Amino acid sequence: MFLTYLPVLMMLAVVGAMGAAAVIFSSFLRPNNPYGTKLSPWECGMEPIGDASTGHFRVHFFVIAILFIVFDVETLYLFPWAVLLTDESISLLIFIEMFVFIVVLAIGLIYAWGKGALDWVK
Amino acid sequence: MPIGLNDIIAILPEIIVSLSACVLLIVDLFIPKGKKFFIGGIAILTVMVAAFVSFYIAGAGLTGMTVFSGMFAADGFGFFFKGIFFVIAILVILLSLSYVDTEGIENGEYYIFILFSLAGMMVMASGVDLLSIYLGLELMSLPVYILTGYAKLNKRSNEAAMKYVVLGAFSSGILLFGISLIYGITGTTELTGIATALSAGGAEHGALIIAVVMLVAGFGFKIAGVPFHMWSPDVYEGAPTPITAFMSVGPKAAAFAVILRVFLDGLAPAYDTWYLILSIVAVGSMVVGNIVAIAQTNLKRMLAYSSIGHAGYALLGVIAGGEEGVASVMYYMLVYAFMNLGIFAVMLYMRTTKRSGELISDYTGLAKKNAPLAFVMLLFLFSLAGIPPTAGFIGKFYVFMALIHAGHIYLAVIGILLSAVAAYYYIRIIMLMYMKEPEGEFEFVRSRPILYVLTLTAVVVIILGIFPGDLLSLAQSAAVFL
Repeated sequence: MFLTYLPVLMMLAVVGAMGAAAVIFSSFLRPNNPYGTKLSPWECGMEPIGDASTGHFRVHFFVIAILFIVFDVETLYLFPWAVLLTDESISLLIFIEMFVFIVVLAIGLIYAWGKGALDWVK
Repeated sequence: MPIGLNDIIAILPEIIVSLSACVLLIVDLFIPKGKKFFIGGIAILTVMVAAFVSFYIAGAGLTGMTVFSGMFAADGFGFFFKGIFFVIAILVILLSLSYVDTEGIENGEYYIFILFSLAGMMVMASGVDLLSIYLGLELMSLPVYILTGYAKLNKRSNEAAMKYVVLGAFSSGILLFGISLIYGITGTTELTGIATALSAGGAEHGALIIAVVMLVAGFGFKIAGVPFHMWSPDVYEGAPTPITAFMSVGPKAAAFAVILRVFLDGLAPAYDTWYLILSIVAVGSMVVGNIVAIAQTNLKRMLAYSSIGHAGYALLGVIAGGEEGVASVMYYMLVYAFMNLGIFAVMLYMRTTKRSGELISDYTGLAKKNAPLAFVMLLFLFSLAGIPPTAGFIGKFYVFMALIHAGHIYLAVIGILLSAVAAYYYIRIIMLMYMKEPEGEFEFVRSRPILYVLTLTAVVVIILGIFPGDLLSLAQSAAVFL
């Protein structure tokens, strides 16, 4: 039974080897010129304040991330819904249900928009 | 299974409340700061419409059905509790109108969160499936967590919200674990199905006691029963006072609605398993609540411990069981809502820049400065202590009577002895108000809505204490589960 998964294990080994090879070989070839700006973590073009490893980041990123998750979850529901929609006995009902769900999400988005969660500069 | 017209009618009150909350979220964006009481007004209107619709549904004989494939029951029991929730929501919004102004936390979302929490409580009261009950419980709790920390610049409020949300999440997790164990034992989450499976032999299952302990822990957290009460004094003290008032009556009544349904309907065949566990929680709550309350100097903390004690009394009604026990808990929750909101209204009436109204010493000599206020305070304190002719006496009386009829004489004796202990710390405040000379200056919030609440609660506490018959027979007729 485990033999069925042998190709997966081999795939993992190949992927790991290729990744390691890319890093090791390029370190021989590329010019080595580290400086401050280059080493700073990239935060959507924002000037970083302090060390990124301390976990301090702008609260705004958090708000955007939450909005993003809400729509991620919406997509998660939309896929099974779209598959089931072909079943005619329930299609009208779940069509309405999904729109109720989307309207509720839209209200949340309009609220966040109105509160300025989408404006970057205040 | 398709959704029919019956399903929609049965949850129409819930739809009205949550739809209005959603619309108000958008409307709030267009209302300038300083005019947010408008949202509060519409919220009150919404609750009234929902109450009217519920009343109509209950009156038109549309009750007594289980909808959404057995997840939700529109029965008299649910509507009785919903009536309590409507009253609580309206009174709390009235109490908040001037408070949010003086505290500088005026915001439209404040009232919207109360509406969402109300919707959650309504789902809880009607839930006949552990999953819909859990859904309602979370919908009720999440807005209350936020409201607890609503005074963003107040450190105590922040601390309270943090404690509440962390412990609340923990208790929700335990509750879910208990639900999953029940599902594992009985193969269903529907309360009637659970009862059938348990009487068919599931009650002997070894894991049942663990499941019951977990359910008791999850619901015990919401009613602040010992030993799950640790959060309540800190959270009550830190939260904005109207929210403390809301927490002490709303979620507690909703949790009791759920406890009654789950333990006396779903887990009824396992009475021998949960009877002792609930007795320990009840006696522990009465002992800790009433004895620790004596040592408090802060009125909000004292009321937190008193509310722990009252949860203990109400649990005695659950232990008594039967139609009489259920009706006694329903009546107790109704009475408790009025008397506790009344005492918080007095506290809010005292909340000015001169004094916070939160310290017991603030009430020294109140009778000489404002006799009517001292009198209603006396009324509510008598009612909480259970002294006739106030409603609190009748509430306690029926709980103890149900308990004695069910044969639990020892528990009744413990309860009565501890309510004598409770009388001490309530009457101590009355002594401070009437026997001592006033200290310092007194100033009152001359807010009309608070006066309305004070008048209404005081009148109801007296009327329910003298003529309990009608509402009690209503509770008795509603004390039947589907």
